[in-house]
Amino acid sequence: MNLVKAKNLTKTYKLGEIEVKALKSVSFEIEPASFISFIGPSGSGKTTLLNLIGCLDKPTSGTLEVADMNTSVLTRKEAAAFRGQNLGFIFQDFNLIPVLTVYENVEYPLLIIQNVPAEERKNRIVSLLETVGMVDQQDKYPDQISGGQKQRVAVARALVTNPRLVLADEPTANLDSKTAFMVIDIMRQMKEEFGVTFIFSTHDPKIVSEVETVYTLQDGKLIDQIRGKGGPHA
Amino acid sequence: MLRLFKIALRNLLRYKRRTLLTSSLIAIGVMFVLVFIAASGSFKYIMIGQITDSMLGHLQVHKRGYVASIDSLPLTLNLSAKAEKKLEKAIENIPEIEAFSPRIKFGGMFSNFMETTNIRINGVYPENEIATVPLFLSRIKSGEKAIKKGEILVPELLANGMKVKVGDTIVVIATNRDGSVNGKQFVIGGIIESVTGPGGRDGYMHYQDAMEVLRLEEREISEVAIRLNDFSKLNAVSNRLDKMLAKDLNQQGKPIFDVRTWEKLSPFYNVARMINVMTFFIKLMLVAIVLVSIMNVMIMAVFERIREIGTISAIGTLPKKILSLFLIEGFSLGVIGAAAGNILALGIIFLINLVKITFNFGRQSGLVLSPNLNIIDILWISVIVIMVSVAAALQPALKASRMEPVEALRHV
Repeated sequence: MNLVKAKNLTKTYKLGEIEVKALKSVSFEIEPASFISFIGPSGSGKTTLLNLIGCLDKPTSGTLEVADMNTSVLTRKEAAAFRGQNLGFIFQDFNLIPVLTVYENVEYPLLIIQNVPAEERKNRIVSLLETVGMVDQQDKYPDQISGGQKQRVAVARALVTNPRLVLADEPTANLDSKTAFMVIDIMRQMKEEFGVTFIFSTHDPKIVSEVETVYTLQDGKLIDQIRGKGGPHA
Repeated sequence: MLRLFKIALRNLLRYKRRTLLTSSLIAIGVMFVLVFIAASGSFKYIMIGQITDSMLGHLQVHKRGYVASIDSLPLTLNLSAKAEKKLEKAIENIPEIEAFSPRIKFGGMFSNFMETTNIRINGVYPENEIATVPLFLSRIKSGEKAIKKGEILVPELLANGMKVKVGDTIVVIATNRDGSVNGKQFVIGGIIESVTGPGGRDGYMHYQDAMEVLRLEEREISEVAIRLNDFSKLNAVSNRLDKMLAKDLNQQGKPIFDVRTWEKLSPFYNVARMINVMTFFIKLMLVAIVLVSIMNVMIMAVFERIREIGTISAIGTLPKKILSLFLIEGFSLGVIGAAAGNILALGIIFLINLVKITFNFGRQSGLVLSPNLNIIDILWISVIVIMVSVAAALQPALKASRMEPVEALRHV
């Protein structure tokens, strides 16, 4: 059973009168508990693909199934609910909510989106904050912590809802090497521990060296698929 | 929902200066409206009180058709003794009526033996008149504060014009109902000032004296002024009395009696209405202030937080929760502004009452402005402000909730 199944996925944007084909008939399948990366130069379609998998956008043509759901037919509301229950997001700029503390940022999806009871909520948050090493910083606001710490909080926020799939768009782009490896390590640990699938969009060789499969995109086409060093068969 | 409130409040505190400015603007608007309502209300009630308690009474009953011809004070449209009895019986059955004063009114000539001028005479029973219009005696500028038989209270301007004073003897001449003319000497018992300013020509004498001047063999009256023990029940009592009297019909099958509240008898009702209209427009201005300021702030808030909206939307926040989040921000701004405005208004009203601002109305001077707010006014204004705040936040909130996450996340 595949977690993500894309067939002839095409995405066309209109920029005024000009049509831009961001993705051209892309097909692939991703199994559960994978650790994979889409790489390629700027404009190759990595972020577009991640947006489609993350139900943030809809394909122009082709079919896309995520967690057994044909996501291209979901309404805005259904897509939001689907994301809240099944997906986690990690952004390049961390995108923490500035008015919430570290603890509250991780708590947000459980409280506002999933309505998890207080005790379970607390257990899950504390456990994750311990895993990412941020439990002692839990009362700080995002502007009081470093970039690496912010990304660790973002990882905790993405995982706190027990998603089946986490999408990370250039998660290490704003981090130094040491912090980037630490964050990748945490994500890998989460994948091993909880069986979460991580899909990265990156050109960071540090990530590429850690993932199991690397998909290469160029001009909107999937041109290559190789096993990475981080894979079980590497 | 509580957490949404917490997030909304923190977002407001995030832009402290902007929140402070907006809520201050709303607070000042609320304060001005409430102070205006309280002060104009005080002025209005003093004005109404002066008119009703000095001259008109709260209600008046006439024979149908009399009010339309009131300028000529027609004796032919007086109520007969039989009709008066019926009226008294109806009045006795209404406990909200505190007092009533039967009056006979007629036009006559006033002569100081050298000059003659016209005068409007009110024949009254002193006890009834004072009970019905308790400020009546305070209008007597000089002379004994009473209406005695054989004496007349002369309006101030007429006394000045005719160069008469208290204690002088004058003659009142009037045309009787049958067309004959009769005169009677009176001593000036007092000089009375008008409620409405210069120009009043109403003099007062005892009812018995008026009967003599008019050579009435049977008792008849032109009007009955009525005072209620609770002014707020004016319309209810008026309707009840009107209903009770409606069954008494004249030969044409129309009701004999004509019940009117002070509002339908005094031009000052238009002043009171004007104050109400002004209050309405000031409330409209407040609505505009709240609408513009909240909408401005919320539009800016949405614009500045597009990426944040994209993030919360991406991680699964439902559109209706994003909508709620921004509506709560507008609501909170309204609540803060309204609460601060209420406190400021109460403080200013307290100060006005402490300072005791005086003003003149008509011939009355030294009337103390005593503004006060009732809880209904406070609640009503607060509800308006809060509802308008939420309404003003609706458009930006809808915009935020309908934002495509992928575009919002791309926003720089």
